[in-house]
Amino acid sequence: MSTWIELFPDLLPGLWVTIKLTLLALGLGLPCGVVLAGLSAAPSRWVRWPVIVVVEIGRGVPGLIVLYLVYRGLPQVDVVLSAFLSAGVGLAFSTAAYTAEIIRAGIAAVPVGHREAARALSLSPLQEFRLVVLPQALRTVIAPLVGFSIILYQGTSLAYAISVPELLSRAYNAASITFQFGAALTLAGAMYAVVSLTATALAGARSRERVL
Amino acid sequence: MTVMEHLQALAGGIGTTVTLTLAAFGVGAVAGFPLALARRSSQWWLRLPALAVIEVLRAIPPLVWLFIVFYVIGADFPLMTPFQAAVAGLGLIAAAYLAEIYRAGLDAVPDGQWEAASATGIGTLTTYRKVVLPQAALIVVPPAATYLIALLKDSAVASVVGTTDITFLAFQEARVTLEGFEVFVIAAALYLALSAPVALVARTADRLISRRLGL
Repeated sequence: MSTWIELFPDLLPGLWVTIKLTLLALGLGLPCGVVLAGLSAAPSRWVRWPVIVVVEIGRGVPGLIVLYLVYRGLPQVDVVLSAFLSAGVGLAFSTAAYTAEIIRAGIAAVPVGHREAARALSLSPLQEFRLVVLPQALRTVIAPLVGFSIILYQGTSLAYAISVPELLSRAYNAASITFQFGAALTLAGAMYAVVSLTATALAGARSRERVL
Repeated sequence: MTVMEHLQALAGGIGTTVTLTLAAFGVGAVAGFPLALARRSSQWWLRLPALAVIEVLRAIPPLVWLFIVFYVIGADFPLMTPFQAAVAGLGLIAAAYLAEIYRAGLDAVPDGQWEAASATGIGTLTTYRKVVLPQAALIVVPPAATYLIALLKDSAVASVVGTTDITFLAFQEARVTLEGFEVFVIAAALYLALSAPVALVARTADRLISRRLGL
């Protein structure tokens, strides 16, 4: 326990990087997810199919491979990003795919009768979406989105592999200096768990799916 | 370097990735069962520890578990290979996720079935064997298959401690050939190709269940 207290100041900056990375991936990925969800319901299959393919690729490829592709693959086509930005962009890609699927399911869960009623009242398509579909879809979508954010928070640990100084990197480095692998890694684990479990408890998002 | 040459370099990791995924799934499938039963128990001293174990296993990232198994527990077992550490680490997490899937499956068996079994006085073991498990088993297949795909993707983290799976070989190939873009696209395609048959099983089982339940 006393080693945990000694190690805590070393790991804290890592926790901050981890949180920043989570917010960056959400900030970049969630808007893309909303757009992809909207496009996946497009009337033209020339729009719909490519979007479905992108979403399925984003959900089917390991997060680690996506991070390597951004960090070690993109420089080959002259896109050079810092390790932190690479991790953010890579995780944002996965985020976009997963949130697109969550939001698509939320929109699909709105009863058809409500849309028909909106049309019968001659609301414009935009009004129909804004006033009828969105408020109902939001309610079903919140819990899975919080659940995904918790998984994303855990997924940022993959950034260790491209040497982003996040929580796990900090713990590993501290351990390799002092050889206190047990204390450093379990403290990092506890710091992940405390944030995850608190967020889960606050959101009441009990059902979670393993993703990244 | 051609695509074919890259593919050949990565092909050697397919076996490791598949074995690792199936072994961890096997560990989880076995260990998850008592965990699910404890989680559903009416005794608090069984239920609460099971709940705590499941929640903690799921609240810590797979890579962190893998490090704890490999560097902390591994310190006492110097002969432990990265592959064994990965099976143990991912297997632990799989146990927690599969326990929750089993629990949902057991909960899905209607109360009347449990009550009828208890009314006929056939005993707990027979109730599970003859009444509950045959019904729960089918319900569990689609979510378990979905989880198997998630585990396949998670297995990539084993490369970080040196398991020579697809991701590890891709990392090496990218470093040697400096053609990271092609190499990681091919690796991504390999993972997608491996998950496709499992996705098919999940969908087929889903249809079968819907038909059986008359939906």
